[in-house]
Amino acid sequence: MTTREEVDPVSAVCPECESPVQTSVQLRLSEVIDCADCRTELEVVAVEPVLLALAPEVEEDWGE
Amino acid sequence: MSELDGTIRVLASRVRSEERLILDALTAAGAAHEYVDPRVLRTVLDAPAPSGRLVLNREISLVRARYAAHALEAVGCTVVNSFTSIDVCGDKWRTSAALVRSGVPTPRAALALTPEGGIEALRELGYPAVIKPKCGSWGRGVALLKDEETARIALELSTSGSTPDGQVVYLQEAVPKPERDIRVVVVGGRALGAVYRRSKAWRTNVARGAVVEPCPLSPALARVAVAATAAVGAEIAGVDMVEDADGAPTVLEVNGRTEFAGFQRALDGRVDVAATIVDHLLTKEVA
Repeated sequence: MTTREEVDPVSAVCPECESPVQTSVQLRLSEVIDCADCRTELEVVAVEPVLLALAPEVEEDWGE
Repeated sequence: MSELDGTIRVLASRVRSEERLILDALTAAGAAHEYVDPRVLRTVLDAPAPSGRLVLNREISLVRARYAAHALEAVGCTVVNSFTSIDVCGDKWRTSAALVRSGVPTPRAALALTPEGGIEALRELGYPAVIKPKCGSWGRGVALLKDEETARIALELSTSGSTPDGQVVYLQEAVPKPERDIRVVVVGGRALGAVYRRSKAWRTNVARGAVVEPCPLSPALARVAVAATAAVGAEIAGVDMVEDADGAPTVLEVNGRTEFAGFQRALDGRVDVAATIVDHLLTKEVA
């Protein structure tokens, strides 16, 4: 069973503005979060340790 | 049989509020589950059957959702929603055809294979009408056509420089929409609740800023939403509807990879869509 990873949110840094990214919850792989400082959308690309990348731009075929 | 055969796999390249809620609900239910990123998924037809035969398809990209469902079904997995239903829901023309075939009320729709054919179709449908990308979401590329002059420009723009597939035009009769439409979420043949999506603009998509408010789930709304979901072969769907002056619902679209976080918030926690999806998966018989 996959469970939510324990992470240290303070260790994550926004790749856009280099601010520390803090969240009140434990992060999941591929989760999308906003940087509180520059509002850039970020994707969690690794959880041990947390690594953030710019989230992909919305693509033409995205939707519900 | 693999040790992961009883594991539910959740397919999603983007973990949004909905996927987080579902993964949390799986954990809360004590259900064995695994997150799978479709961006690294590959399927080899003569390889051993994959582990985790029940797959919940939450992929945000229609192309990846369709191919992932097809590939996984090809090697023996059960995918929710199925490839067939994702394929139908992802194409507005095929959705309209499925609704009409099942007797579900829906606006008149037309398909034309060229822009000129579109003008002829619009003369039969009448104005105002709506042009929509046949595979689009979140209200993108949707335009209200009030007359033939506007229609010619919209058709030119929507088909210029596109692929042969892009020449195909989907048109729908415009129905009166008093600044709101209704979203009903259906899971496992049951309508869970309804919300209004209000907007001053005629496109009432939440992605375009519409406000979501609770709506009483009448028996008629529930019945039509469940029928629409069945018509496209889906097990989980967000059904978008409008009511006419007499309150009779008409189905505009059926979303096969429905978003529901705003829906659930608007209903103030009275409905737990993620937990209901998990219950549905856990009681589903897998071939």
